[in-house]
Amino acid sequence: MTEFLQQLINGLAFGSILALIALGYTMVYGILRFINFAHGDVFMIGAFAGFYLAPRVAALVPMPSILGGLIVMAGSMAICAILGILIERIAYRPLRRGTKLAVLITSIGVSLFLEYAGQKFFGAAPRRFPALIPSYSIENIGGLSVSSNQIIVLGVTLALLIVLRFIVQKTKIGTAMRALSFNPEAASLMGINTDVVISFTFGLGSALAAAGGILFAILYPAIDPLMGIMPGLKAFCAAVLGGIGNLPGAALGGVIIGTVEIFVAGSKYSTYRDAIAFAILILILLVKPSGLLGKKDIEKV
Amino acid sequence: MLEIKNLVVNYGAIVALHGLSISVPARKIVTLIGANGAGKTTTLKTISGLLKPVSGEILYAGKNIAGLPPHHIVGQGISQAPEGRMIFANLTVLENLQLGAYLQKSRDLVRQEFERTFTLFPRLKERQKQIAGTLSGGEQQMLAIGRALMSRPRLLLLDEPSLGLAPLLVKTIFEKIVEINREQGLTILLVEQNANLALEISHFGYVLETGKVVLEGETRELRQNPKVKSAYLGG
Repeated sequence: MTEFLQQLINGLAFGSILALIALGYTMVYGILRFINFAHGDVFMIGAFAGFYLAPRVAALVPMPSILGGLIVMAGSMAICAILGILIERIAYRPLRRGTKLAVLITSIGVSLFLEYAGQKFFGAAPRRFPALIPSYSIENIGGLSVSSNQIIVLGVTLALLIVLRFIVQKTKIGTAMRALSFNPEAASLMGINTDVVISFTFGLGSALAAAGGILFAILYPAIDPLMGIMPGLKAFCAAVLGGIGNLPGAALGGVIIGTVEIFVAGSKYSTYRDAIAFAILILILLVKPSGLLGKKDIEKV
Repeated sequence: MLEIKNLVVNYGAIVALHGLSISVPARKIVTLIGANGAGKTTTLKTISGLLKPVSGEILYAGKNIAGLPPHHIVGQGISQAPEGRMIFANLTVLENLQLGAYLQKSRDLVRQEFERTFTLFPRLKERQKQIAGTLSGGEQQMLAIGRALMSRPRLLLLDEPSLGLAPLLVKTIFEKIVEINREQGLTILLVEQNANLALEISHFGYVLETGKVVLEGETRELRQNPKVKSAYLGG
């Protein structure tokens, strides 16, 4: 039982990071109906932005500290938001009137570009991520060992999910996002500048991925330019599991896939830990292709 | 108020409008009638900026607005209740109406518009918290028109407001259209399959065939025209 709870805590922490990434996939899909395969690499850039920001922030505020950690995370989120907006503007927007396949393949190109530009500029060898926040482990709460980092990861994720929900449900731009995802033509008839909403969506999704990158690096402090590939693919599985285009679904899918993976990693089948997300993807596509919370979509022409 | 001159629009490889010219005077209801594929919806979509014309002019208050993006057109005071209603079925009635006033910065004016819309369609007020997808067809049409009015347009484009509605509801909707025109002095360009009804409530009419105007005139005259009678009014 203790071991189960221990793994559950580990799994939830990992899963919440996948959830943050999965939200970006699902938001972009909801609005443009394509999978942005470069999204996992934005997550990687988020971690590296934190890596380079940390020493500069440390010159201003004492590090490691909660304040310093938050400043680094906010900075990395801002950098990735701009990056996400630029990627859409430069690589995807010119293809908006073309086929979905063209944009999809372009996103794979952007993904490779970020990965190998990352190797060129950051170096291919793993780098040690600096300590942003004070870290200690809280031993023996009923035999459990919880690290303060895990609690921070869960807390920050929860806070970001609440902020995201507020933006999407209560603000004008959020309502415009939901309108656009339902019917872009009708949205533009309302006077909504669809380009602005699309840019905002990319910015928002990329900022969440950056937060995920920072949290990931706090938990697993070795970062490298290819670190976004696996979490990115797993988060994509999570978005499909929850129902692509559905925000609570993406969060739920991330938590489920992350938790299942950690349980597999802790069992005798640990060799299969990276495969399990894809096994779940295949399973959900066979059983309920619309995902756990997704609605059956009527494909509009 | 609106003057379309020699508008040519392609829909993919098909030429949908071959030099269409129509004129919509202020405070009037003007209707476009014609068979499927005559170019009625294409005309409205082009005015709204959803389609880009190949050539021709759309003069609105003296300025050529042809080819501007849709959100600029709305900003100029032209809004549309599109064919098939296109309400946001995933949002509440209230959110749908709020989106209609998307460009309106003044909260006071938005509040005024809500009041006016709810006076016009009390049913929408009762259902404001409801998800729009759960409304009946007639209510959805009311919502589509109410939403288009929320931007305080000076020209309202209505595409097939009677589509898929029971005759009694069609009557209600058309009474509302007349009311909007009479009481608010709003200029309306109406596209309708139901030519009888459309010609009954409007001041001027244009008959479209394969992307061109073949007949035009005051509706009183059009309704007496034997050609119109046999082709569009059921003899």
